[in-house]
Amino acid sequence: MIKIWSMKKNEDAAAKKKPKVSAAQIRVQKDLTELDLPSTMTTNFPDPADLLNFTLNIKPDEGMYKGGSFNFSFTINNNYPHDPPKVKCLQTIYHPNVDLEGNVCLNILREDWKPVLNLNSVMVGLQYLFLEPNADDPLNKEAALEMTKNRDQFLQNVKSSMRGGSLKGQQYDNVLR
Amino acid sequence: MPSGCPCVSLDASCVSASHSSASVTQSYSLTQAHKPTIMATVAEPNAIVDWPDRYAHIDQILENAGPRTDPAFAAGDEVKGFLRTQAKVLVIGAGGLGCEILANLALTGFKDIHVIDMDTIDVSNLNRQFLFRPKDVGKSKANCAAEFIMKRVPGVVVTPYFGKIQDKDEDYYMQFNLVICGLDSVEARRWMSATLVNMVDPENPESLKPLIDGGTEGFKGQARVILPTITSCYECSLDMLNKQTVFPICTIANTPRLPEHCIEWASVLEWPRIQADKKLDTDDPDHINWLYTKALARAKEFKIEGVTWSLTQGVVKHIIPAIASTNAIIAAACCNEAFKIATTSAAFLNNYFMLIGTEGIYSYTFEHEKRPDCPVCGGEALEMTISADLTLEELIELLQEKQDIQIKKPSLSTADTQLYLQAPPQLEAATRPNLLKKVSELVKGDAAITVTSSTLPFNLTLRIVYN
Repeated sequence: MIKIWSMKKNEDAAAKKKPKVSAAQIRVQKDLTELDLPSTMTTNFPDPADLLNFTLNIKPDEGMYKGGSFNFSFTINNNYPHDPPKVKCLQTIYHPNVDLEGNVCLNILREDWKPVLNLNSVMVGLQYLFLEPNADDPLNKEAALEMTKNRDQFLQNVKSSMRGGSLKGQQYDNVLR
Repeated sequence: MPSGCPCVSLDASCVSASHSSASVTQSYSLTQAHKPTIMATVAEPNAIVDWPDRYAHIDQILENAGPRTDPAFAAGDEVKGFLRTQAKVLVIGAGGLGCEILANLALTGFKDIHVIDMDTIDVSNLNRQFLFRPKDVGKSKANCAAEFIMKRVPGVVVTPYFGKIQDKDEDYYMQFNLVICGLDSVEARRWMSATLVNMVDPENPESLKPLIDGGTEGFKGQARVILPTITSCYECSLDMLNKQTVFPICTIANTPRLPEHCIEWASVLEWPRIQADKKLDTDDPDHINWLYTKALARAKEFKIEGVTWSLTQGVVKHIIPAIASTNAIIAAACCNEAFKIATTSAAFLNNYFMLIGTEGIYSYTFEHEKRPDCPVCGGEALEMTISADLTLEELIELLQEKQDIQIKKPSLSTADTQLYLQAPPQLEAATRPNLLKKVSELVKGDAAITVTSSTLPFNLTLRIVYN
């Protein structure tokens, strides 16, 4: 058997024994404690001891969704940051990039996710969806169509949906504070 | 590392072909006094042992030192004895790579092999996982592979474990000289690599277990040698992984063009919408059937051709067609490294071999470097001696005063609790009461503290000693 130990002794950087914290946990701790969020976003941990499951609240202070309060669930698995966090909108909202089940179309949550991205990038990306909804990547096709074809009607739809109104027979959640 | 015992003879003539590793080693030591020649004596009927020239070819390598052998290479009986009676190797995975690895190890002379696999045999495995037969479908891969090898290669003891690597603890992994992984999951590899890195105890040379990791994907593959804490670990190279094909969710939802889009629509959007909290089990044929029916209907609607049952299964399970010969090449590379490391008969791989067979044949070997900020093997370690009365707040102040590490606003946790997190506000508030508590009350025994800070590009491992 090779004498690896002698190789180790020559190494300056011979690390001391490590704690049994998973790489995912360390990364999440680093991501969370270094979050640099504007006052429009707050995180909420139902169980403060569990860093892998929490919600994010976004209260846009400008744009057509201003005045609303939107909640997203974050679920992080032990393969983070290889796998992206799973994010869902917890309310039924009228938005071109969020469907009625709460799925969110944000490129960095799926096809463009990279381990160098972090929770901050995802959260900033989510907020951006409320400032600049993107009709080119629709999840709610009707909303996207309305947005490109008839912007005034779309803005009205956003307002009424945020009050908890219904559009074309679909009831939306009241998201006003 | 245990070295071969002195004056080991290869005479294993009295070793009965018992299927227990303990008895092999034991009866071996009883034969040490015998003359050091390769002999073939059948001690009892059915008890098959080494016959003349069984290892004639391998012995050509082991009997003489060569220009490339390590100075410590103990040519002859010592190294042969170590390989055949002492070396204990663990194979993780008994699938495409695992079957090849087990066969290679057994035939090169390793006699005490353990294998772990949580999977059962599927009929689609039989074309390349040659240790299995149609009658084995549904049975444990680990158990069947072990049984087959032992029947086919006399004197080799393969101990199977049908379950997850996570079921086993450090004491279990400590018994092996080296570990070979033939896995198809990133998560399992990360776990194994991190476990072996964490096992390294500066006080105990035996705790450092070389890890040989093989992997294949179609015509591509890689074999690498990881010396935990010394060379780059699996986590260090996480950013080298090929990206899985992921389609934008909006394409899936609105503008499907490929059969895969329809299948992803069924599994990503329709399953959670209709089945609600029922978890999708990709091993359940009924679930695949449901997805297939949904995907097929959608494909018809969008006039897309090509949705089949097997494509559905392939897409949701992320199946990449396995090529038997790629597995054979990579397994051979892994086993050669295992043999060289166990015997020191030749220089071993430093440290990453990749094979790209997609366009002609190309291979490249390079030294993958350790990442200083690797969350598993990187980072720095610090030992601090403090009074048992010191509070957490005082410890944090001490840390921030340390000139050599330059930490600002550190967050601290142990493996099971958060000690103090600087942000977000809710977690800061939840952990703030800990600041006034004594460190000795919060951190049990010699548990290490993980320190992260925005000023540290990596994490710091802090060990506390009380004076």
